[in-house]
Amino acid sequence: MSGSGKKHTIVLAALRNTPLILFVLLFVCFGILTPDFFRYQSIENAVKQASYIGIVATGMAFVLLTGGIDLSVGSNMYLSTVAAGLCIQRFGLPGWAAFTVCIGVGIVFAATNALIITRLRVIPFIATLATMVAGRGLGRMLLQSRAISYPEAITSIGSARLWGVPYPIVLFAAILAAAWIMLHRTQWGRQIYAVGYNMEAARKAGINTVRISATAYVLCGAFASLGGFVSVAQLGNVNTGFGRGSEFDAIAAAVLGGISLFGGIGSIFPGVLLGAVMIQLVSTGLVSARVDLYLHSMISATIIFAAVAIDSRRTILLEKLQQRRIQIE
Amino acid sequence: MILSGELIHFGNITKEFFGIRALAGITLSMPSGQIVGLVGENGAGKSTLMNVLGGVFAPDAGSMIWQGRPYSPEGPADATREGIAFIHQELNLFGNLSIADNLFIDGFPRVRRLGVLKRGTANRLARQRLEAVALECPVNTPVENLTPGEQQLVEIARALGRNARLIILDEPTSSLTQNERERLFGLMNELRKGGCTLVFISHNLDEVLRMSDRIVVMRDGCVVSTGEKREYTVERMITDMVGRQINNLYPEKTSRASEEVLLRVEGLSRSGTVDDVSFVLHRGEILGLFGLMGSGRTELARILFGLDSFSAGNLEAIGRPLGGHKPAKSISRGLAFVTENRRDEGLLMEGTIESNVALAALRRRAFSRWSVWIRGGAIRERTLRTAGELRLHAADLRRQPARNLSGGNQQKAVIAKWLLTEPKILILDEPTRGIDIGAKYEIYTIMNNLAAEGAGILFISSELEELAATCDRILVMSNGRIHGEFSRGAFDEKAILEAAFEGLRIGGTKR
Repeated sequence: MSGSGKKHTIVLAALRNTPLILFVLLFVCFGILTPDFFRYQSIENAVKQASYIGIVATGMAFVLLTGGIDLSVGSNMYLSTVAAGLCIQRFGLPGWAAFTVCIGVGIVFAATNALIITRLRVIPFIATLATMVAGRGLGRMLLQSRAISYPEAITSIGSARLWGVPYPIVLFAAILAAAWIMLHRTQWGRQIYAVGYNMEAARKAGINTVRISATAYVLCGAFASLGGFVSVAQLGNVNTGFGRGSEFDAIAAAVLGGISLFGGIGSIFPGVLLGAVMIQLVSTGLVSARVDLYLHSMISATIIFAAVAIDSRRTILLEKLQQRRIQIE
Repeated sequence: MILSGELIHFGNITKEFFGIRALAGITLSMPSGQIVGLVGENGAGKSTLMNVLGGVFAPDAGSMIWQGRPYSPEGPADATREGIAFIHQELNLFGNLSIADNLFIDGFPRVRRLGVLKRGTANRLARQRLEAVALECPVNTPVENLTPGEQQLVEIARALGRNARLIILDEPTSSLTQNERERLFGLMNELRKGGCTLVFISHNLDEVLRMSDRIVVMRDGCVVSTGEKREYTVERMITDMVGRQINNLYPEKTSRASEEVLLRVEGLSRSGTVDDVSFVLHRGEILGLFGLMGSGRTELARILFGLDSFSAGNLEAIGRPLGGHKPAKSISRGLAFVTENRRDEGLLMEGTIESNVALAALRRRAFSRWSVWIRGGAIRERTLRTAGELRLHAADLRRQPARNLSGGNQQKAVIAKWLLTEPKILILDEPTRGIDIGAKYEIYTIMNNLAAEGAGILFISSELEELAATCDRILVMSNGRIHGEFSRGAFDEKAILEAAFEGLRIGGTKR
């Protein structure tokens, strides 16, 4: 059994580290296709551009871990940055105040989700689908479908550096660290995993499941608006399409990073970091490989689909292998 | 009748579900520092009473007095706070989390202002609690990697950590090996010595009699008798439980195996689980498959039914080869599989009884036109008839969810589901586990009748006695292989057990 045992161990290790392996594969692939890929500058750029999706995906991870889903994060990004932009335009708010407005709107938006899901008991998919449409509609109404630009004071932060590292990356790193601590080193975080594994058992164990899920949605919304702000600080303006499709990117980044859509399984680090950078790698990689622009979304969708499909096969395989191992032992 | 030193007193507790009376005015006291054996058939109201005590259900009427004070829990959390721990048959643990996390999930040691966990303190406390239940295991082990027996110890450690004064153990031994049982019993005695009261619910009456200080017998939502252990024998408990004398635990065997082969298995293998298994199942035969947990019995059944694939060997059902098949094909070829775990694999718990019973047979011409349009009337009529034949007791087949049935009736619903497909080969995996004597008797009778009508039955069980009483032949499986075959008339308990352990002994050197 030692020979097959060793093989099993290798297969198991590979399956447990699929996010890392996928990441390396993608990295090498695009590296070969595009000449400048391995330069520090382009790697830094990739991480920087991935930072906003990474922040949103971190929030999404909380919700996915409880076994829920939030489709409204893209609209949340749009509405909260629109609100902040309007406050700057109309009332001349300074940057920090606009930032507070942005996060505040994000939290209120998400609290609505939490309320609908936990109090009215609408399933998360439908509840957040509704707020996704409603949120975008509200944002458009406020702007009359125009774009809004952010002042220099804020966009300069997007390209500023702290100790030589771009601000968005610093922020992303801080968020990752905070999220990791929350999930692994606080009771709330451990209870998130418990709720996602078995809601009924969690209730019986005396966990306030309503509060746990609600805070997960609120945090997700807060992170979504933060991600939106970071993105706008880099782009300079908010157009009507801003944040559209970001929910897909955020969910894909989290799942690519090993967070299970069924809840209770997966970790923020390094999973979500790798997932977010992978999503970004695909789109920047396609640009630098000079692939036809019209094919971009098809190709990135295929890559993401393949990765997620591998992930679900992986879960089944892991289960089978572990089952077998226990029986042999 | 308030006893001195009583811990909990139930006063006239009543509870109804769907118009069926689950508890009909229970008045009962339990003293502290004792093991109370609670027995009764499924549906007698044991679980309901304990759920009322554990705060899962609120009673419709009546009151409870806990440690001298009125007690009316609003939820499980209240019961926990009062020192009442309920260890359910399906454990309430989180497989994705470590032992330490599971022990403290509702209250970690924390740094006060920040809310950050004290990992070191938690681990140290967790180690102490594992010591109290004599479980030697690193505290960061994920719970899903533990055996059922070890998981149970974790659950007990969790209860002890919350200073439980009363621990309810609902069928704690049904999924344990013999060694694990003894370990649990040792722990139960220790806990009693420490002043804990334990309520021990089990269908294994020998175990109840051995472990308990007091016995409480329930029937039809009432306490029919209670008293000291010395007043009881297993026979008296049975008589009290069913309300009449039971002379036969098993029906008279009326079926006889014919020569005609229904299922032929040759050299069947699947790496790691089943190894070169060959046997035949005849028409009219009840073939027992005995083995310890993890011997590969269930895995073999899953392969036969097409749930798992096999890497080598031949399978033939009713004269035609069967291979690379899916359950749908198995069903159309006349196979049926009553799984071991009725809760997760046998029933859609939220679905109505009727929808559950109709599920496997929906494609049959009798129940749908072109397998598309459902014939509701035919299904209703047939469900009603089958439920009647099986004596499935339910308030309303069309509206009551399967979840609300007692264990024995749930098992009958699973069997009814397969009877609607009119199976020729029926595989039953532990069909009598966790159900009461009356329901067991009825299930043996159903098997007997099916075999007499010409079906072949593969009966998987870890209870040798029931196999010996019902089967024509017994195969013994161990470590994925068949290690013995015994014919009726030559059943030798010692030889069968030896065969069951044989594979384990040589297994170490062979693999």
